[in-house]
Amino acid sequence: MTAVLEVEALHAGYGPVPVLRDVAFTVPAGTVAAVLGANGAGKTTLLRTLSGLLRPTGGRIRYAGEDLRGVRVEHLVRRGLAHVPEGRGVVTELTVAENLRLGGLWRRDRADARRARDEVYEIFPALARRRDHLGHQLSGGERQMLALGRALIARPRLLLLDEPSLGLAPTVAAQIMALLRRLRDEQGLTVLLVEQNVRTALSVADQGIVMSLGRVVTAAPAARLRDDDRLRHAYLGF
Amino acid sequence: MTTPRTGSTLLRHLAGAVLAGTLVVLLTNQLPPYENLQVARVCAFLCVTAGHTVLVGLNGQLSLGHGALMATGAYTVALVQRGLDERAVGGGWWVLPGSLLAAVAVTALGGLVVGLAAARLRGPYLAGVTLAVATLVPAVTTIFTGVFNGEQGLRFPAQAPPAALGPYFQPERWLAWIALAAALLTMLLLANLVRSRYGRSLRAVRDDEVAARLAGIPVARTQVLAFVVSAGCAGLGGGVYAVLTATVAPGKFPLDLSLFLLMAIVIGGLGSLAGAVWGALLLVALQDLPALLTEHLDLSTGLAQRLEGNLALAVFGLILIVVMLAAPGGLQGGVRALATRLRAAVRRAPDR
Amino acid sequence: MQRFWFLTFDGLAAGAVYAAFALALVLIWRAARVVNFAQGAMAVATAYVGYAVVGATGSYWLGLAAAVLAGLALGALVERVLMRFVGPAGPLNQVIVALGLVLLVQAVLGMVFGNGYRPAPAPFDTDALTVGGVAALSPYDLWVLGAALTVVALLALLFTRTPVGLRMRAAAFAPEVSRLLGVSVGRMLTLGWALAAGVGALAGMLVVPTGLGLHPHAMDLVFVVAFTAAVVGGLDSPVGAVVGGLLVGLILSYVTGYLGPDTTPLAVLVLLLAVLLVRPGGLFSAARARHV
Repeated sequence: MTAVLEVEALHAGYGPVPVLRDVAFTVPAGTVAAVLGANGAGKTTLLRTLSGLLRPTGGRIRYAGEDLRGVRVEHLVRRGLAHVPEGRGVVTELTVAENLRLGGLWRRDRADARRARDEVYEIFPALARRRDHLGHQLSGGERQMLALGRALIARPRLLLLDEPSLGLAPTVAAQIMALLRRLRDEQGLTVLLVEQNVRTALSVADQGIVMSLGRVVTAAPAARLRDDDRLRHAYLGF
Repeated sequence: MTTPRTGSTLLRHLAGAVLAGTLVVLLTNQLPPYENLQVARVCAFLCVTAGHTVLVGLNGQLSLGHGALMATGAYTVALVQRGLDERAVGGGWWVLPGSLLAAVAVTALGGLVVGLAAARLRGPYLAGVTLAVATLVPAVTTIFTGVFNGEQGLRFPAQAPPAALGPYFQPERWLAWIALAAALLTMLLLANLVRSRYGRSLRAVRDDEVAARLAGIPVARTQVLAFVVSAGCAGLGGGVYAVLTATVAPGKFPLDLSLFLLMAIVIGGLGSLAGAVWGALLLVALQDLPALLTEHLDLSTGLAQRLEGNLALAVFGLILIVVMLAAPGGLQGGVRALATRLRAAVRRAPDR
Repeated sequence: MQRFWFLTFDGLAAGAVYAAFALALVLIWRAARVVNFAQGAMAVATAYVGYAVVGATGSYWLGLAAAVLAGLALGALVERVLMRFVGPAGPLNQVIVALGLVLLVQAVLGMVFGNGYRPAPAPFDTDALTVGGVAALSPYDLWVLGAALTVVALLALLFTRTPVGLRMRAAAFAPEVSRLLGVSVGRMLTLGWALAAGVGALAGMLVVPTGLGLHPHAMDLVFVVAFTAAVVGGLDSPVGAVVGGLLVGLILSYVTGYLGPDTTPLAVLVLLLAVLLVRPGGLFSAARARHV
């Protein structure tokens, strides 16, 4: 199995404050990896560094075998790397339709971009009903659907998802996890998922990457994290 | 940082003022009339730039209307002195300080009005409003032409040196002393204000309004007071500026003057009183450089006319931009860095 | 009554220019959170270019095109070499840099063209046509109204109907998200400045022949008025800028007409303060919070 994402000895931070220290892991193609850990463990910083919003101070990020150093953020999505940031992923001043259109503007294949949009409306009928509503009129769940759906229009190979279940009703969160599972199984999508809600994350993940204070403390198959009481107690606190 | 320290600071400022004053007085004794007038103009501008830099640099309120505040002070002095002269009570020694005091009071009142509005405005909004204030001078002097005599402006009796100085005392030297006294007074007051608790409030409000409010600083009152103080200084400077020529006219206070003032304090070093001195020097240089330049360069009259004023302005405009982008400390920041390096070098020297 | 109608038409024509100029301010404010205090000076500079071309070719239309092109280029240049490097260190710095640009541009214009007034002929008759005994708009006023409103309409189309318009809006509202979606935010910012300066250049070409004359300070007061118009409409709202421009044009026309031209700056200040103190978000402020 080839790795879509390989991270080696990654260091990053804000100004002089280091946040990520010596982070390393691999995400094989067609799998879901969940990054777990408490608040302030550096999960969001990790995603921001992976998508180039934050410049690493050391180490290497290889995506599909390529070094990502020097690649501009706005070019990553063209290479199939989509990042759905935490909370603010939706442009609230634009309508649902405009947000989705924005997701496919860079695509040359206009017909497929339209097809991808229709698929998103199919997956999330709520969005189709609220097509002409502005982003700020949507509920939290609808916003999350919109941000996720918009990322899918890029037909990504690797999806970076930051707290997709945050503030959502459990049923909606479960629905989104089910969708991720389906995309992985049917389209071979690779997902790096940041979650606070460990149970939700492990319900879909193949691999769990546990972070604490900016370091990876353990990376193990999700099943082991789920079933090994010792690991679970030590790192995940339940 | 308690009472004894404050006392020594006051003394130190006082000693500095006396020293600076003595030096300038000695200097004026050597200078010919025109150069003394230049010294006087620097001192008059220093009143304005010092107050302006406290408002913009220390309190973070960007005023583009200080030219209009200067005009307020200048017109007040002219009106008061003319009024006294017409009623034949002029000529006393108290006319000058009295009219300057009136200038400070009236301009501070104007500053209060603008400041009350400003305390509710931020950033570009405040800049826009004060810019609108700066455009007012010609309009107001024309509307109330009966009072301000429109574009012609007003003349009032020139300030003659007191008889005690002897019959041959250079009038320009006397003017320089007047302006010097005003400048020293302003600097002394502002230097102490900046070092006081109120000065710390000014900076706290600039840096973070919310944090300042949480720390119990009355943000709005601090801002309004900063505007009042700054306006008072501008009024004094404008008043002295009018005394130097014994005339006022709207043409002396164009919109550009307000921009020049801002440029001067930024290039001098925003928020620093020493930077305000640089700024005042710069303003006089800006007025005098062009003539010097065209005089000494052999240029055709047409070209000389176009370069006059504009060349210096273009250079200073460029410097202003470069300072903002590359050296926010301005001239004074550069001087300070140099001084630090020198001191370090001196300290190292004995070891060798 | 006749005078009232005359002032109304006159105010609308002037207001159309203020609207276009205010719209240019709003464009940059929305894109970069900067009030471009140099916009007046930049517009004057492009008007000089325009009238230089008019003088050389004899064609007003070539001059107009040259001015707008110069505006687009100047706007892009200012963003690329100046504003981009000011950074977000507070709105103070951006305003000061813009004011430095004002001094620089005006001084350079003075050096190249002289500080004196230059003639700036209008392409159409500026005498008012009489309709039913009422002096209404002049042919030039009609051209100004038409040109300004056409530009407003074209901009509206650009922003709501084209991919690049969508990109520009997204980049302004949510720069980070836009980058993640493949939008080159830096380029959109440059484009925004270019467009705004182009619109400003057009507004400058329209307003200069209306009695202002062409000189380095021609747009000083126009800028303050346009700023007022933008504030009246709420700096964030393009529609507000247009309505604000027309409104301010009308108000100033009445004030000037009935109280005398010298009262204009006073009226502008009163209007500006009234709006800012009573309704700081402008008459058309969207009453919703961002990023909820």
